[in-house]
Amino acid sequence: MMRKNVLRLLYPLAGVAIILLAWHFYVVLLRVHIVVLPSPLQVATATVVHARILLEESWVTSLECIYGFALALGIGIPIAVVMTYSRVANQMFYPLLVASQSIPKVAIAPILLVWFGTGIESKLAMAFVIAFFPIVVDTATGLRSTSPDLLELARSLQCSRLQTFFKIQLPSALPSIFSGAKIAVTLAVIGAVIGEFIGSNEGLGNLLLTANSQLNTPLAWAALVVLSVLGMILYGAVVLAERIMMPWAPDSGHKL
Amino acid sequence: MNANGASHRDAGQASAGQASARPAFGRLVNVAKSFDTGGQHVSAVKDVSLQFRKGDLISLLGPSGCGKTTVLKMMGGLIPASGGLLELAGQAITGPYPGVGVVFQQPTLMPWRSVLGNVLFPMEVLGKNDRNAKTRAEELLALVGLSGFEQAYPRQLSGGMQQRVALCRAIVHEPSILLMDEPFGALDELTRLEMNDLLLDIRRVTGATVVFVTHSISEAVYLSDRVCVFSKRPAVIALELDVDIAYPRTQQTRFLEKFTQLEKQASIALGVVK
Repeated sequence: MMRKNVLRLLYPLAGVAIILLAWHFYVVLLRVHIVVLPSPLQVATATVVHARILLEESWVTSLECIYGFALALGIGIPIAVVMTYSRVANQMFYPLLVASQSIPKVAIAPILLVWFGTGIESKLAMAFVIAFFPIVVDTATGLRSTSPDLLELARSLQCSRLQTFFKIQLPSALPSIFSGAKIAVTLAVIGAVIGEFIGSNEGLGNLLLTANSQLNTPLAWAALVVLSVLGMILYGAVVLAERIMMPWAPDSGHKL
Repeated sequence: MNANGASHRDAGQASAGQASARPAFGRLVNVAKSFDTGGQHVSAVKDVSLQFRKGDLISLLGPSGCGKTTVLKMMGGLIPASGGLLELAGQAITGPYPGVGVVFQQPTLMPWRSVLGNVLFPMEVLGKNDRNAKTRAEELLALVGLSGFEQAYPRQLSGGMQQRVALCRAIVHEPSILLMDEPFGALDELTRLEMNDLLLDIRRVTGATVVFVTHSISEAVYLSDRVCVFSKRPAVIALELDVDIAYPRTQQTRFLEKFTQLEKQASIALGVVK
């Protein structure tokens, strides 16, 4: 058991190590210029040297992601609920919602910039726009997939609509809501960075662009590394919330 | 209607003794049900009439898709009848009413609730989730052999154990009628035999009135005071079979000559035996 756990940790680490070594020797042996591609060591060095600014900028980007994601949850879930229980609302807006997904999100960014300015608002709006859809769709799917037998049980016990919703349908939908949330949180990071690319004077996306334009490639890569760490942390937070809120789920407990 | 009326009475002995003396508790008169599916008019139940007394265990036996589940759902007020009359304790059934327990073919437990939480669900909905309810739930779990599993989650239990939990949930609020829709159909044969005996135990202890849908001839005869054999769809009752074998029955009962005869009669009515 112990040995299995060690191996489970060891294999992914070994995979990362192989990639890093290949990268390192590619740069060193072919004498690739630092502006084109810095070696992993140079990126690591840049990360340490610029640690302070990286942390400051990632704080800004984190806030954009978290606010945008929270907004997507806060608006997406109620919309899914309304669309599931109102046939009229569903028929009026669901096709629109699906059609709206054919708009490339990047194309909305300049408009959001006009509306919300270069501050944090336009970024969290971008994060929201891009994270919203999976939450609505997965929540609606979850609500619709409630076991018909459970609904029949509720009817036979003369449950009120609210009781049926809060005691049966919402908990039934929780696994779907979380799978939507896991996709949404990674999309929120993408949204925030797009927002920063289009118009911003802070955040990791802005730092990356600035470093790039100054041919400070190691710093650009460092920003990229921090961005991916940020994404992983946010994803991990959602997974943690899932485990806490769904202790009954198969992969967060032990068989008797 | 008094939901507590059926509690803790030894109905097993009563039904064997003075069965015919008791008046009808439930009544179905010329009940029919048809569905409209995309312009097509499908008749599921043509004409079903039957009666049962308080504390009776009756089976609706028939082939798959014959409409027996539809009849059960109409008895629970879950779907409206297209014609005829359904009555329980002198009141017409027009929609869901208090004092019904249901068990489905699948356990349909809530995976997010513990075993105890699942059993207590009806009490919670009915606003009766007090200390007594918890004690009763624990007693029922003990009765079905699940003491010590109160805090387990459903997924940690086997299919048979889950169905026992579902059974406890169906009777925790002391329903005046227990509707069971092929409750043991998904279980393996040995578990099913065990569950049959368990149901008879529960019925003896609680005095519950049970309507039991099944497609197993042997199960129907083994459990019931009376077996209503359904025809193919649209359903009519092909044969009503009184099982005059005294309770308590044991697995030995299955080997009585009388038991075999009753099985044969049911088989003939079903068209299984020519």
